[in-house]
Amino acid sequence: MILFQNVTKRYPTGQEALGQMNLEVDAGEMVFLTGHSGAGKSTLLKLIAMIERPTRGRMVVNGKNLHTLTRRRIPQFRRDIGIIFQDHHLLHDRSVFDNVALPLIIAGYRQQEIGRRVRAALDKVSLLHKEKAFPVTLSTGEQQRVGIARAVVNRPAILLADEPTGNLDPALSREIMGLFDEFNQVGTTVLVASHDLDLIAPMGKRMISLKGGRLQDDEPARGASA
Amino acid sequence: MNARTSQRRPDVHARASAWLLSHARSLVFSLGKLYRTPLSSLMTTAVIGIALALPTGMYLMLSNLEAISGGWDESAQVSLFLKPSVSDEQAEELARQIQRRDDVGSAQAIGKAAALAEFRELSGFGAALDALDGNPLPAVVVVQPGLALKDPLRIQQLVYDLEREPGVERAQLDLQWVQRLYAIMETAQRGVLVIGIMLGLAVLLVVGNTIRLDIQNRRDEIEVAKLIGATDAFIRRPFLYGGIWYGVIGGLLGLIMVEAALGFLAAPVNRLAGLYGGQYQLLDLGAGAAFSVLLIAMALGLGGSWLAVGRHLSDIEPR
Ligand SMILES: Nc1ncnc2c1ncn2[C@@H]1O[C@H](COP(=O)(O)OP(=O)(O)OP(=O)(O)O)[C@@H](O)[C@H]1O
Ligand SMILES: [Mg+2]
Repeated sequence: MILFQNVTKRYPTGQEALGQMNLEVDAGEMVFLTGHSGAGKSTLLKLIAMIERPTRGRMVVNGKNLHTLTRRRIPQFRRDIGIIFQDHHLLHDRSVFDNVALPLIIAGYRQQEIGRRVRAALDKVSLLHKEKAFPVTLSTGEQQRVGIARAVVNRPAILLADEPTGNLDPALSREIMGLFDEFNQVGTTVLVASHDLDLIAPMGKRMISLKGGRLQDDEPARGASA
Repeated sequence: MNARTSQRRPDVHARASAWLLSHARSLVFSLGKLYRTPLSSLMTTAVIGIALALPTGMYLMLSNLEAISGGWDESAQVSLFLKPSVSDEQAEELARQIQRRDDVGSAQAIGKAAALAEFRELSGFGAALDALDGNPLPAVVVVQPGLALKDPLRIQQLVYDLEREPGVERAQLDLQWVQRLYAIMETAQRGVLVIGIMLGLAVLLVVGNTIRLDIQNRRDEIEVAKLIGATDAFIRRPFLYGGIWYGVIGGLLGLIMVEAALGFLAAPVNRLAGLYGGQYQLLDLGAGAAFSVLLIAMALGLGGSWLAVGRHLSDIEPR
């Protein structure tokens, strides 16, 4: 599903964020990405979503060779990828419902279908009762869950999450990781960047550690211990 | 309905309706946005309205002037002074010949004797004429052009042609002031055109700048939309419709201003016409011209937003 071959990413500042990265993630896998601050976790996720382009190397995501993917085809490519940020990137002048509906509107769904899918996604993150609320009136955890609902509403093949539990309390963090696990159960490939080892280690998923932009450790999943 | 056709249709149908739906959403959304910021929308559209009302109003004024002066066409005439050797009969023949021209309304010969009588009557030099031993005046053919004087080139061509008719000594176009008036009006028309183009450019820039600010204010939204797979066309659309709305609403405001000014002028114009013993109904813009103004306004709005969108939208990429 995701393939990195000798991928190097050097930012225009000269900073090498990833060097000679080799990585393979199968469809339906759930992978945690850990490492110190500045290790290159966000950069790796951005490369997958084509927010950044690799400086060198070959990347294949969701069956598409990113080297040959033209600018025009990026939107279609991104519709198969759900992205969740630490700061949820919600639109503050629109209701929760409208925020979650955005990917469907972009993809040109009909009104009834949008209503159905948005409510299903909100139900999944237990926020159905807040559909008319505006993001500012929600707690941080609720906002994060709206962001998750928006990322999954289009049923993407790949889900990317960058520090999704950054400033949430442990209970809420566990709940959100549980959500990702659920999406993974139904076949979505999930990549989560997090440095909260206490939280992710017990889940027994594959863990990839980065250090200084290089692969330091790749620990396979420990069966079904989660 | 046949099962097979209904099976094949939904695909094209669905895609077309999704496209339409997306346009309809942008259309409504962009209008809703103007509605949600009424004060700034009103100011922008008012500026556009004024910029459009000025040239439209001037154009209307000129049209009215033209309509008023239209009646003066008939009083224009070309006098052909014939050579002294041309007899009255030859003058009559020439007049008949000239009358057959397409661009001539009528031509009338005035014989030498008649010319002398007329001159005696009008000039007051009767005594001086008596002192001469012959009739010094030539025969004259008075030609009424059969075309509108607005066309100075064709009038000039006519005078030139007539001057070269055998037996014609000199052709003189009377009422040159009518022509001067037309020349002035033509200059004014050009002026209005220039002002209109400049103000149109202003509308383009006002809309462009408004949309540019709008794009900057919605930077986050654009980034998010790009991140979740919005095409450039999708992101562009509400801004382009926004520009169209600015144009159309500004155009409507402009038309209302022109109509209001017209109403304001109607009473004094009637009084003025009354003083001349006539009656004059101010010419209205008319549906066609009003529609053109709206169309131009819409095009300017679309153009302005297109400029802004082209310049500033591609700068915004998700980080
Ligand atoms: N846009 C950028 N321009 C220049 N350098 C950048 C840019 N983004 C990241 N970097 C650099 O690349 C390196 C990797 O950054 P990245 O954001 O991938 O780290 P990270 O593992 O996500 O860290 P954190 O845990 O703090 O989020 C860092 O040294 C950072 O300074
Ligand atoms: Mg990061």
